[in-house]
Amino acid sequence: MERLVQTLVDAVSVGSLYALTALGIGLIFGVMRLINFAHGELITIAAYTLLALFGQPIPVMLFGAIAVAIVLALLTERVAFRPLRNADPTTLLISSFAVSFFLQKLLILVVGSRLKGLDFLPELGRQIEFAGIRLQMLQIVTILVSIVIVTALTWFLQATRLGLHMRAAAEDFRMARVLGVRANNVIAMAFALSGILAAAVSCLIVVQTGVVQPRMGVQLVIIAFVGTVIGGLGSLSGAALGGFLVGAASILLQALLPPDLRAFREAFVFIAVALVLLFRPQGLIPAPGLKERI
Amino acid sequence: MSASVPLLAISGLVVRYGAVVAVRGVDLQVGEGEVVSIVGPNGAGKTSLISAVAGLVTPAEGTITFAGKPLGGIPLEDVVAQGIALVPEGRHIFASLTVTENMMLGATIRRDAQAVAADVDRFFAMFPILGERRHRPAGHLSGGEQQQLAIARALLSRPRLLMLDEPSLGLAPTLVDQVYTLFKTIRDQGVTILLVEQNAERVFAVSDRVYVISGGEFGLSGSAGEIKSDPRFDAAYFGVRMREAASGL
Repeated sequence: MERLVQTLVDAVSVGSLYALTALGIGLIFGVMRLINFAHGELITIAAYTLLALFGQPIPVMLFGAIAVAIVLALLTERVAFRPLRNADPTTLLISSFAVSFFLQKLLILVVGSRLKGLDFLPELGRQIEFAGIRLQMLQIVTILVSIVIVTALTWFLQATRLGLHMRAAAEDFRMARVLGVRANNVIAMAFALSGILAAAVSCLIVVQTGVVQPRMGVQLVIIAFVGTVIGGLGSLSGAALGGFLVGAASILLQALLPPDLRAFREAFVFIAVALVLLFRPQGLIPAPGLKERI
Repeated sequence: MSASVPLLAISGLVVRYGAVVAVRGVDLQVGEGEVVSIVGPNGAGKTSLISAVAGLVTPAEGTITFAGKPLGGIPLEDVVAQGIALVPEGRHIFASLTVTENMMLGATIRRDAQAVAADVDRFFAMFPILGERRHRPAGHLSGGEQQQLAIARALLSRPRLLMLDEPSLGLAPTLVDQVYTLFKTIRDQGVTILLVEQNAERVFAVSDRVYVISGGEFGLSGSAGEIKSDPRFDAAYFGVRMREAASGL
């Protein structure tokens, strides 16, 4: 019983991390039709910011990581994507690869490619007892933080003027602009939000693994991207669900597969992904109106 | 024309898509308070013409002046703030957003939240079906209801000029009547209307002046009465088709 609950909580917590990552990718895809692989480097560089600020008070480290991720997200939009606003999606995709590689190599150049230990918030590694079951505090915190972020994001999108503009732009950007919605504001906001999401994921991952390394974001983003695809590209609830399912499935497979098959759990995840795409190519929660870009 | 300076003045407008010329140097003037229509067959350049005014396409040549100010080069999202609203062909309702949200988007450029709310209520009174479905996704509305929503959304920016691109397209005749009845109400509120239609008969009843376009050029123009009774109308309207037929296109 205890083992089962622990596994489920672990699956939900890892699923939440991938859901947050997939949301960051989904937000940008929604308004730009851009699959931003450089989202991974937002996560990585937020983690290195934590490393650089190590020793400072915790709030300084957290806000520092968030601020750097936001600024970097806005900067990449300005430098790499805005000049290509009317280019086709393939060009944007290649530009995002370029940004991703550039930032990775830059990090290696500046700080080296070796793992660095970072003992951030070690107290979250403690076990807590909940209804007679021992759980890791970090997993509970990860789930709670994810719920808070998803709730706040939903509120922002549903209840604010800019949120409405973003939803309209995601559905029909050209018409939204005809009505006076400012493309630059909407896109900048989407990038800023993706920066916040990346920083949150980064902090949680660093606490969990205790290390930072230049490729940490890429690995997350590739899996989360798969999540956004099975969820339904262009749909935010789809991205969150898809990311969650992919993350949770890999943990459940790890626990449920016979030991000699565990090494291949990713293969099983991708078989499941292939099946979803075969039977629901539009994704689990398809986007409402996938219109062509501006 | 009612005013000495027209509200909208287009001169020498050319619209090109690559090698294809959609509009070949047209001149058009719309006075404040007028209802002016552009009629012509499919592919005559009607949509290109008003798309140029709306900022959706950049003219290759010519000038567009609105209320005495040139519109050239201003970004798409700034056109509506000049006082120009568009009901595009195909309506372009935000299907996943609610009816109310679609209307609020129409008021994007306004900052007077209370007056916007009052205007939205007024439209719900004018179009009761929209009021009933205000919290439903707009994609669930019928074509006629979506057209009403598209018009209400455009009017919520409080435009001086309302441009409508084929508002009767895809609607049942009774719904077209409803939409056309609206134009009188809109005009009575002081909004100038520039209407683009294939359906010439309907247009004559509501317009002050009519331009007939074919092959990207105006063939005839004049008061609705003159054009309606002009024996050259059919030739002007179908001109391009005859030419196309003759050239084997």
